[in-house]
Amino acid sequence: MQHARAAARRKPFPWHVVVFLAPAVLIYSAVMIYPLAETLRLSFFDRTDEGMRFWVGLVNFERLFLDSHWADQFWNALANNFYFFVVHMLVQNPIGVLLAALLSMTYLPGRTFYRTAIFVPAMLSVVIIGFAWKLILSPIWGVSETLLGLVGLDFLFGPWLGKEGSALTTLALISVWQYVGIPMMLIYAALLAIPEDISEAANLDGVRGMALFFKVKLPLIWPTIGIISILTFIGNFNAFDLIYAVQGALAGPNFSTDILGTFLYRTFFGHQLELGDPHMGATIATAMFLIILVGVMAYLWGVQRHMRRYQF
Amino acid sequence: MRTTSTAAIALSIGLIATSASAAELVIESWRNDDITIWQDTILPAFHAQHPDIEVTFQPTAPAEYNAALNAKLDGGTAGDIITCRPFDASLEMFKRGHLVDLTGMEELGNFPETALAAWSTDDGSQTFCVPMASVIHGFMYNKDAFAELGLEVPTTEEEFFAVLDAIKADSSYEPMAMGTADQWEAATMGYTNIGPNYWKGEEGRKALIAGEAKLTDEEFVAPFRTIARWADYLPSGFEAQSYPDSQNLFTLGRAAIYPTGSWEISPFQRDAFFEMGAFKPPVQNAGDPCFISDHVDIGMGINKASPNQEAARTFVEWVGSAEFAELYSNALPGFFSLSSHPITLDDPLAQEFIDWRNECSSSIRVAHQIVSRGTPNLWNDMWVTSANVINGVVTPEEAGAHLQEGLASWYAPQQN
Repeated sequence: MQHARAAARRKPFPWHVVVFLAPAVLIYSAVMIYPLAETLRLSFFDRTDEGMRFWVGLVNFERLFLDSHWADQFWNALANNFYFFVVHMLVQNPIGVLLAALLSMTYLPGRTFYRTAIFVPAMLSVVIIGFAWKLILSPIWGVSETLLGLVGLDFLFGPWLGKEGSALTTLALISVWQYVGIPMMLIYAALLAIPEDISEAANLDGVRGMALFFKVKLPLIWPTIGIISILTFIGNFNAFDLIYAVQGALAGPNFSTDILGTFLYRTFFGHQLELGDPHMGATIATAMFLIILVGVMAYLWGVQRHMRRYQF
Repeated sequence: MRTTSTAAIALSIGLIATSASAAELVIESWRNDDITIWQDTILPAFHAQHPDIEVTFQPTAPAEYNAALNAKLDGGTAGDIITCRPFDASLEMFKRGHLVDLTGMEELGNFPETALAAWSTDDGSQTFCVPMASVIHGFMYNKDAFAELGLEVPTTEEEFFAVLDAIKADSSYEPMAMGTADQWEAATMGYTNIGPNYWKGEEGRKALIAGEAKLTDEEFVAPFRTIARWADYLPSGFEAQSYPDSQNLFTLGRAAIYPTGSWEISPFQRDAFFEMGAFKPPVQNAGDPCFISDHVDIGMGINKASPNQEAARTFVEWVGSAEFAELYSNALPGFFSLSSHPITLDDPLAQEFIDWRNECSSSIRVAHQIVSRGTPNLWNDMWVTSANVINGVVTPEEAGAHLQEGLASWYAPQQN
């Protein structure tokens, strides 16, 4: 007993842990934590015409949530953001699961080709994606109308990106098209990690085909789907680039594609005659941060904790 | 070895000494498209008269200019000469003490009051940049198409719509190339292009600033009614048609009329294979006085922190001279000097635009001075609302009411 205590006393402070952690901690603090703290701080200030900064407390937040001009834009952007997220959850992730299931079939010629082809858009720049889709969907030069015409559906064609009713859905689907490869890859990896003997045992019990997927494999990949959902949530609520590339900072028509990211950009950097307002911008950024934080926490406590994990 | 290095030091000291005797100026600008014109045409002309002053043109990308310049001014690394955006962006720099007060400079007398307003304090008592150039709005048309269809250039609105009807009936050309996807075309080429004829240019613009006119008044709602009618003559799917789409439709010869700004003159003359003409915004009744949007766009001022104040002042005074006016307007057809000196242009299309100044009264875009200072921003609102009107989702009356409500929510003169 005494011997052990002496050993504990003699054990030196683990400096090597500090040294090994230091680079990551320093870099992460400098590029993530410091800017985040600075953003939070900025949101409690305002400035005069001469550029002097002064403390205002919660006035910026009061304006954002209660002043009808700011509040209307904020709730509109938030609602659009939720819609953008829902489209991804309902379209991107199920298609991702489906594609992963197809890819993991035992006999599939050209598997690597499909896998690569579907993943390629996720690696392209959003500016290229935005430009290409704008051209494809253009009512003047675009090929969509002709392509729809080949199957006799050209009456369905419209200037989708220019109509309030369809612009956001169109953009969400472009984004789905771009990023569907990511859930596909993650789920494909999860499916490959399921040991063969589980499928074999299920086979012996008479479970085959679709039933094998839904009754055996799907429950095993729920945790991965959960992670994908939360990544989609974070990605969508931080989204900005595609909307900006296709519709510009005013997120037209009539703000129907305005999401929190474009609203933040417009406020922070200004637009045309509107001068940038870093303090209201920081306020919006803080609100976005809180929304994402609440969403992620709700998920971690509400869903992830209750999820059952299987040991293989 | 030692001698060579000593010689090198002596030589470099000598170089520093010679270069110190000539003042070196750096121009900050967002016009990176014009860099060759500055280097090959404008700056050599200045250097010929002032051999002791070296000037370098150092542009930044237009979208980054304001942010980059403000960062450089705060950090004390900005160039000596600052190219000034009109109105609040420059006014803010002046208020923060970055621009030299030029009030009283003799050359400022060469410019009309409308031009100086863009770079003066609200009460007009202090001016901080020399006006350089403006862009004029109007319509360009395809002369071949007009000849083919036997059409005359319209001068009244009735004739304008008759021409559009004729082109539409013939159907070999799109009557007018414009889209609403980028929204700013609807506001800039639409509403504020034809609007001055309704609100009588400066008179209506100043009345709005003074709070004597409202955006719900007939003169501000009527132009919305007119652009709402344009929708019938735009290409199908114009809701998703962007600005470059419109430019290409016109220069490829697929559209007959293009609502435009004069900055398109040089690129269009490069791209289009047909002869182009221009006509000013049609008036409502024959014989009405005409008003054009002759929008102040670019000026030049002096960085207060510059060590070469005297040389910088010499350069900026030269920018205010008649010689510069002629040189600049000819080097960059479509950017017209704001100077009151009579100038002649070599480019016939550009000359057509600038001739309107003699026939009509000039005015600037209605939202640009003072009234776009608050939130909601009137100019942003005008983009969205003008596009909405052409898209048919709001009526012209609703558009006026919406703009007025936004303006009155923060602008005191409009609150009674």
